[in-house]
Amino acid sequence: MLLSPTLLVLGLVIGYPVLAGFRESLFTKGQGLDADGFVVEGERFVGLDNYTAIFSGERADAFWNAFSNTTLFTVTTVLLETVLGVGMALIMNQAFRGRALVRASILVPWAIPTAISGLLWRWIFQADGAANALLRQQILWTADGFPARLAVIIAEVWKTSPFIGLLVLAGLQMIPREVHEAAQVDGAGPVQRFCRITLPLVRPALLVAVLFRMLDVLRMFDLPAVLIGVNQRSVETLTMISWFEASNLRYGSAAAYATVLFVYIALIAYLFVKLLGADIIGAARQRTRRPRAVRGKRTGKAAA
Amino acid sequence: MTRRALPYLGFTVVALYCLAPFYWMVVSAFRRPQDQFDNAPVPLQWSMENFNAVFSGDNGFGRALLNSIVVAGVTTVLTLVIGTFTAYALARLDFRFKNAVLGIIVATSMFPGISQLVPLLKLFTEITWINTYQAMVLPSLGFALPLSVWLLTTFFRQLPFELEQAAMVDGCTRGQAFRKIIVPLAAPGVFTTAILTFIAAWNEFLIALSMVNKKEMQTATVAISKFTGVSGFDQPFGTQMAAGVVVTVPLIVVVLVFQRRIVAGLTAGGVK
Repeated sequence: MLLSPTLLVLGLVIGYPVLAGFRESLFTKGQGLDADGFVVEGERFVGLDNYTAIFSGERADAFWNAFSNTTLFTVTTVLLETVLGVGMALIMNQAFRGRALVRASILVPWAIPTAISGLLWRWIFQADGAANALLRQQILWTADGFPARLAVIIAEVWKTSPFIGLLVLAGLQMIPREVHEAAQVDGAGPVQRFCRITLPLVRPALLVAVLFRMLDVLRMFDLPAVLIGVNQRSVETLTMISWFEASNLRYGSAAAYATVLFVYIALIAYLFVKLLGADIIGAARQRTRRPRAVRGKRTGKAAA
Repeated sequence: MTRRALPYLGFTVVALYCLAPFYWMVVSAFRRPQDQFDNAPVPLQWSMENFNAVFSGDNGFGRALLNSIVVAGVTTVLTLVIGTFTAYALARLDFRFKNAVLGIIVATSMFPGISQLVPLLKLFTEITWINTYQAMVLPSLGFALPLSVWLLTTFFRQLPFELEQAAMVDGCTRGQAFRKIIVPLAAPGVFTTAILTFIAAWNEFLIALSMVNKKEMQTATVAISKFTGVSGFDQPFGTQMAAGVVVTVPLIVVVLVFQRRIVAGLTAGGVK
């Protein structure tokens, strides 16, 4: 009973569209001649034509470009974010004055709307903007090709590595100091302690953070759209190509692109959870009536 | 000596990395338009001209801000009302398929927005909802609900069950116990969820861009990205940076004031 409003909304806004989108992807819109030679308008069932058009038609090239862009962005940004985020968390885990200040400052990139940060980086990457002045180079960042991709990656990493940093920091703070001290007594160096103690213990937190980031980058739209522009080969992602089709009222093919992306994301999420054992809903799945003492430690205190 | 200086060096690097681009936006906003392409770290002469340009002329930025507030506000309120009931049920009541329900709710937050967008766009076109608030609020609900149900469930679980039992022993019904005991106690958690939901809805771009083609109904993020300069082709970066400051600074102030809570909320899902 109490669940019904949520399930209703989710069913209406997410369940229905996914199914309707799949149905839509089997249709095409526009004019055609029917069997008797009359012109018919409206939607026509075309079966899997939209999909074959994606994979092998004249637009196949655009699809594989968008597919490889999406994959490239996902791999590079998530890798960089993880490295930077873990680094930030390790730095912030030092007990020093001013830690609160640093933690406040890393919330700033997270709070800036993606579209605004796209504009901000577009401004920095202008031909006569700050980036070129700093590097003493004349790179046309926002024009095309490799620099454009690099610009998107830099901007994305800037905005989201603090998120990983925060989650990892919370994980780090739950590691008892004694564990490190014991290892130190046993003669483990800093590198060894990091690899053998810190990493395995923050692994659950890190895996969830990485999974969230991956799923988010896979559907990236705002940043490349604002930073470089839509319908630009160099940075077009799957979401962008689908959006472009939809904005030109080619709903059938837009829905087909969206469905392909959906399957791709579902596949990656499944593999990630299966292979690495990221336990996403574990936190919420625990038995309702567990002893309080265990539960209280889980969240608020760790972050405080 | 170096050992003690090292953490501070690390702090400085992290703070610089996070704040420098934001600082650049603020500084660019305060430059005079004629100094726009000057790269000095501090404006030659501070000026409010860019801010005046944001609110004047045909940008319609005031209206866009209002639209953003309406859309994000309504989304937040609805999400909280619906999400609280669901989360309460998931945290307290025992029924079959509970884990499955929670799993489905969490899984929906991972769906790509674009796969909702196309059918909804078509549906809303048919029922003439294009250029309305509900066309933006309803899809946003779909994104906001899973996150907030999850957060609220975590928060409700932290409240001791004994409190409700005591209230019910004293003669409260389950509904009364919920209203008089749980809601006040859960207020901090609900508040955290509200902030996170509001920020997510405020930052939304894809839906707002697609569901609206009339200038008066654009939200702030979309409006800024569509600012046109005086000369038409030039992108008016100064004005855009100023508008960006207007949109971002209130958010950042809220985030900094409530940073402890926000960090707790962000990590609630990710860390066990």
